[in-house]
Amino acid sequence: MSTTVAKQDVTKQDEGVDIAKRRASEGKRAEQKLGMLLCAPAVVVMLAVTAYPILYAIYLSFFKADLRTPDANEFVGLGNYITVLSSPIWWSAFGITMFITVVSTSLELALGMLLAIVMHRTIVGRGLVRTSALVPYAIVTVVAAFSWRFAWTQGIGWLAGDSAPLTEKWPSLWIIILAEVWKTVPFMALLLMAGLALVPEDLLKAASMDGATAWQRFWKITVPLIKPAILVAVLFRTLDAFRIFDNIYVLTSGANDTSSVSIVAYNNLIRGLNLGIGSTMAVLIFITIAIIAFLFIKLFGAAAPGQGRS
Amino acid sequence: MSAQTETTGKKVGWTAVNILVLLYAFIPVVWIISLSVKGDDTLNDGNFLPRNPTSEAYTTIFNNADFLRALGNSIGICLISTFVALVLGTMAAYAIARLDFPGKTAIVAMSLLISMFPQIALVTPLFKIETAIGLFDTWPGLILPYITFALPLGIYTLSAFFREIPWELEKAAKMDGATPYQAFRKVIAPLAMPGVFTTAILVFIACWNDFLFAISLTSTNRARTVPAAMSYFTGATTFEKPTAAIAAAAVVITIPIVIFVLLFQRRIVAGLTSGAVKG
Repeated sequence: MSTTVAKQDVTKQDEGVDIAKRRASEGKRAEQKLGMLLCAPAVVVMLAVTAYPILYAIYLSFFKADLRTPDANEFVGLGNYITVLSSPIWWSAFGITMFITVVSTSLELALGMLLAIVMHRTIVGRGLVRTSALVPYAIVTVVAAFSWRFAWTQGIGWLAGDSAPLTEKWPSLWIIILAEVWKTVPFMALLLMAGLALVPEDLLKAASMDGATAWQRFWKITVPLIKPAILVAVLFRTLDAFRIFDNIYVLTSGANDTSSVSIVAYNNLIRGLNLGIGSTMAVLIFITIAIIAFLFIKLFGAAAPGQGRS
Repeated sequence: MSAQTETTGKKVGWTAVNILVLLYAFIPVVWIISLSVKGDDTLNDGNFLPRNPTSEAYTTIFNNADFLRALGNSIGICLISTFVALVLGTMAAYAIARLDFPGKTAIVAMSLLISMFPQIALVTPLFKIETAIGLFDTWPGLILPYITFALPLGIYTLSAFFREIPWELEKAAKMDGATPYQAFRKVIAPLAMPGVFTTAILVFIACWNDFLFAISLTSTNRARTVPAAMSYFTGATTFEKPTAAIAAAAVVITIPIVIFVLLFQRRIVAGLTSGAVKG
């Protein structure tokens, strides 16, 4: 007898739980529906303008497609890839892009760290320093590039004097790197400064009491603690530097072997009107960026921003 | 006494460092302004500062129909892109910050992918697609890619701001008898506005800065923005470029943004760092 009663109780309880669950899941379903509805427009736009064109670029990369002869499109298989990958122009641009990416990202990390420490630690005029550090960020890249170009133009520029550095390969490359670094150090510094704010002062003070020098405190305490911020900043800047276009276009237009991959791809499309080759380069650049991002995340465990918070 | 001299010494040291930062930030800006007010007589003297400043170059560009058209294009295209990206971004960011639904992680991952996307890889196919459907060299032809690249930035920054809003206040207001609309308008909207406003600045700057799409997806002054138009200011060779006019155009599109950024410095710093570091 007693067991039956107990069983009945259990079923009643179950029913109660069921109703509550159903209500909760209805609420949950409504929430899910609302969430998806709210995101839908943004997702549709992003997919329509990125996913579709990149798929189309992959498709085009298998064709001989020249805009001057639009009806003569012809399937060439991997022909375009063979053309591009055996072209010295492509590899020269690839090497230049890699060089600019590695050198400017390293310089930006070092200078950005210095600027971050100055903005974080300075005891006079902190607001002024933080404000003026934003100036390079606020300036259009093309404008800054023109400023550097005129500064180094023979006759006009205050830096050039009698020399014409933008007519030679290596001086040009260093000026391109200077322009790139000048513009993006503040962004790097801001990301790092936000990391510095998370380092507990007490810890630094305690280490100082124990006789650690400023140099030791920086490498043994600060750097390990802000490593996530450093990795995110470096990942962002590496991928951004690899896309370099504006500065080179204005400073040299890619003359004297200073083209980046973006410049070469642009020239193939707009000047050469060669859609097949242009698309092939687009796909190769996309793959390179994906590999860099993948390596970063696998090797250094750089966490994507937004992860672990949502 | 010695402690006091030590702090004075420190202050002097920091002041020196600060001056270095100021020089770093302002030298290229002062130089381009200086170039823009140099007359033909002193343009080639190579001095950092102008000897006898003139506003000739500004008169030239403000009487140049192509420049005025480009300025109008820049302002119109960037404002529309910013507005649309903010509306769509706010909806998505609200959902990401507050609601639980399947595919949320995928959306965040997708925005991250797009923010790192090499724009040049899109230029080739977009050129072909836009020519085919008649969007090439039009405002919408630029607005679409601008919105697309502004959305990830907007979604990140906004959802970071939205997470900080104390949403319990909404419930509290409703308990005190406010209607849902009142609760939203009087309690939530004022708390959310600073974040939306900051994001608007960041998105606008990102659109304003674009050059690659602007020169690839336009061919006349119908939709060409100022950064693209500047590189087309005539002059057949490098040495014939109208230096002062380019410098003046550069100043015109730079100074408003710089003033804006300086006014809202604190918010912009918060916005730039909110999306990136806490993860």
